[in-house]
Amino acid sequence: MLLIKNGRVLDPSRETDQLLDVLVDKGKIAKVGQGISAPDALLLDASGCIVAPGFIDLHCHLREPGGEISETIESGTQSAARGGFTAVCPMPNTQPVNDNASVTRAIMERAAAISPVRVWPIGAASKESKGEQLAEIAAMQQAGAVAVSDDGRPIASSRLLRQVMEYCVPLRLPVIDHCEDASLAAGAVMREGSRSIRLGLKGMPAAAESICAGRDVEVALLSGARLHIAHLSTRRSLDHVRNAKRQGLAVTCEVTPHHFTLTDEDVQYDANFKMNPPLASQDDRAALLEGLADGTVDAIATDHAPHHPASKDVEFDRAPFGVIGFETAIALALNELVHAKRISLMRMVELFTTGPARVLGKNGEGPSLGQGSPADITIFSAEWEWTYRAAESPSRSRNSPFDGRKFRGGPVATIVGGKIVYRA
Amino acid sequence: MSHRFHHLLAIEPLSREQITFLLDQAKPFQEFQRYPLKKLATLRGKTISLSFFENSTRTRISFATAASRLGADTMNLQAESSSVKKGESLIDTVRTLEAMRPDAIVMRHSSSGAAEFISRRVDVPVINAGDGTHEHPTQGLLDALTIRDRLGRLDGLRVTIIGDILHSRVARSNIHLLAKFGAKVTLCGPAMWLPRELDCLAPNVVRVPVLEEALGDAQVVMALRIQQERLHEPSLPADEYILRYQLTPARLRLARPDAIVLHPGPMIRGLEIDPAVADSPQSCILEQVTNGLAVRMAILFELVAGSTDPQEPGKDSIHASH
Repeated sequence: MLLIKNGRVLDPSRETDQLLDVLVDKGKIAKVGQGISAPDALLLDASGCIVAPGFIDLHCHLREPGGEISETIESGTQSAARGGFTAVCPMPNTQPVNDNASVTRAIMERAAAISPVRVWPIGAASKESKGEQLAEIAAMQQAGAVAVSDDGRPIASSRLLRQVMEYCVPLRLPVIDHCEDASLAAGAVMREGSRSIRLGLKGMPAAAESICAGRDVEVALLSGARLHIAHLSTRRSLDHVRNAKRQGLAVTCEVTPHHFTLTDEDVQYDANFKMNPPLASQDDRAALLEGLADGTVDAIATDHAPHHPASKDVEFDRAPFGVIGFETAIALALNELVHAKRISLMRMVELFTTGPARVLGKNGEGPSLGQGSPADITIFSAEWEWTYRAAESPSRSRNSPFDGRKFRGGPVATIVGGKIVYRA
Repeated sequence: MSHRFHHLLAIEPLSREQITFLLDQAKPFQEFQRYPLKKLATLRGKTISLSFFENSTRTRISFATAASRLGADTMNLQAESSSVKKGESLIDTVRTLEAMRPDAIVMRHSSSGAAEFISRRVDVPVINAGDGTHEHPTQGLLDALTIRDRLGRLDGLRVTIIGDILHSRVARSNIHLLAKFGAKVTLCGPAMWLPRELDCLAPNVVRVPVLEEALGDAQVVMALRIQQERLHEPSLPADEYILRYQLTPARLRLARPDAIVLHPGPMIRGLEIDPAVADSPQSCILEQVTNGLAVRMAILFELVAGSTDPQEPGKDSIHASH
């Protein structure tokens, strides 16, 4: 038994915001109330902290199998636990690609053996994510996949996208797309704009994303599928999502902490500022902040993309895209969104819990501190001052643009299935 | 001394005073190019690493000659012969060079920001000899020296730059430099090489996509090299470029009668420039080459002779500001 005392319980699933105790027994929430006493229970004092349902990261890269030099399921999920996540969704762009049930099973088995957090893999939409032929989608779903995507690139053709979407409708699987018009983005290493002109780096226009987002919404309408737009970064892409929602389409989107925090003006000749989609304009960031506040954005997702230090320590245009993000996500959301008075704490928790659960279609069984729910709990402080040091991460990679940044608030403890898997 | 600096990575972060200082330092070296015996002992015993990760003929020879005339020895690295081909990282290659104890590293690289990236990791002065489509600061300085010599001043000039501005490091260094002296810089070229964000690069920059309109009142006309491979990029036929943007005598007459013509080379006669313009008295193209030696001697002198101990603290280190 575990008794979490004196925390401020914030549970969007039940609209709770109160100082309460939480009793955990046999991996489930046994009781939530005031003045609970349980002499046999392990006591966790959460005074001054927020106790929330477990945070879900819809978008990450654990690199295993194939990319173990940059990350493993073990190192990545330890980093996720440290970041306050109780469940993470690794994208299928591993080597081999997670495009069939045996790869999905291998990931699930490895995670079951070693991971402190839940691992919900996302399967490839097409074989090898090449955009030619459907992957073994139903078999992957049976093995544990919760969505499909060819992340790293868009689902190549509108025709294939339609087939994937139509196929996924009866399976009730969301189709997640990385929106990027390949010809407009060819050779680009950052966002096109005055900063790319000044630095002499090849830029991709914002339209490279929104053209593809527009296509995806059209095909979602055609097929009736659930579409989720990954790492949405531009105003016009967000407009596509907003319009689709108004029309009642099952279209959702996620935004990353680096896109709601930084802009292309922050880009330096330092590959830790290189990611795809690239850091966008100030106007795009303003739009993302609006979307996070008004409900258009469904989830905050990290796009944790580890690359081992040597691969990033190169000329900007030769470095791979991506930054790590598990351990800075809560702190960035607190600092850029909550402390900056753009959203409430409750809305922030929603963006990490019920929001992503809805994207995955886990409506009834989503993260909750209701009695009988799995005891996946994220405890964080909104006040605790600390400095992020990438070198201290259990991740095998260090590629963060936030290394050395001072934060107010961050993860304090992570509980998965009633077990404390991380404690600051 | 406030003019002192450790690296030369870009024109953008330099002050007007620092630029004037370097141009003034180049003055005696201009004279020197006319001497019958072109050898000084100023940098005797010093070694300059010429690290050219991208092919270059004129800039490499210019730096090599500048170093030699100052009495320095050079270590040459050229892309074809380098370990880059064997997969070694730039950092490791440059650290290897640094371990041979050069007194400065002159670096040309096809990646924008490569010189700045390296400068953060080595102790010796780094001189950017062109990085991708970012900057080519010594070209900017030699162009400024040429303009100042011919027109007697740098302040408040009207300058027109023609060509592929988007991909030109020469254009960026010139725009930054001339803008610091209050120039009105008119950029001209096919629209896809003339993105509107260029307006933000420096004050008083305007874009005029029609050459006849861009030349009016110009005191300096600079034609950029048209890289053949870039013509494929937006699929612009060379004939189309010639039709609208070749600098011809008739078009040059639209500029001020005393306007001067610059070209950074290598120049393709009959493409970006009409031979009659290239060989006219208004052309400064060969002076640019000679001034390149003087400017590079001044920079090597300033960065190498000026710093007996390259690790000595307290000197202003000039990096790109962002």
